[in-house]
Amino acid sequence: MESVKRPLSPHLQIYKPQLTSILSITHRGTGVFLSLGALLLTCWLVGLATSEQTFNNLQQHTTAWYGQTLLTAFIFSIYFHLANGIRHLFWDAGLGLEISTAYKSGYATIAVSIILTTITLVLGCFV
Amino acid sequence: MSLQSPLARVRGLGSAKEGVHHWWSQRLTALALAPLSLWFIYSLVVVTGAEYATVVAWLANTLNAVLMLIFIISLYYHAALGVQVVIEDYIESEWQKIACLILVKFLALLAGLSAAIAVLKVYLGL
Repeated sequence: MESVKRPLSPHLQIYKPQLTSILSITHRGTGVFLSLGALLLTCWLVGLATSEQTFNNLQQHTTAWYGQTLLTAFIFSIYFHLANGIRHLFWDAGLGLEISTAYKSGYATIAVSIILTTITLVLGCFV
Repeated sequence: MSLQSPLARVRGLGSAKEGVHHWWSQRLTALALAPLSLWFIYSLVVVTGAEYATVVAWLANTLNAVLMLIFIISLYYHAALGVQVVIEDYIESEWQKIACLILVKFLALLAGLSAAIAVLKVYLGL
């Protein structure tokens, strides 16, 4: 049976991006990205359990510029997903659902993830 | 008037036939991951770029090994639940959707178990 071509409602390309929707899709994006990071964590742990040689080969990548860049992206994603996740848990409890509060918590999420990432990077350089 | 049978209502499982199990599991693992991920980042800062012996000694510590195991289990459970929802939302074809869902579950189990066994191996010094 052929489906009737019905008009579609306005979709993403016509919809104005808002803080709430941007943070929502970023939450998904960081979630999927961190799932891939979990696979890398497995590789790193299996390498550690295999032999010193295997581990040293892996560490060459984690200390290289691309490894450090990837690690920074993972750290930022963890902080963002954590902060926005806490925001979601409050919503689940029925708290902070007013639009003005949702915007405040949204800006707080961005600020917290940037600040914590910066602190972590600074500590990482000196510890 | 409700169209649900009294039995369906008392079970409260809804049309998905599993009630709030997925939703609740996702929240519980999120709750566990909140403090664990902060510990994990702290560990990353300490351990990244360290010598092999240092990292082995770090994971041979009982507290670190236990936290790492709980972190891995919660992480892969949470990730599988989350990626499942993304697949259900964006993949239209029914067989492709089911194939991806099975793949994600198998991969999460494989990678999660591998990581857990690796931790145990280092911890026990095998």
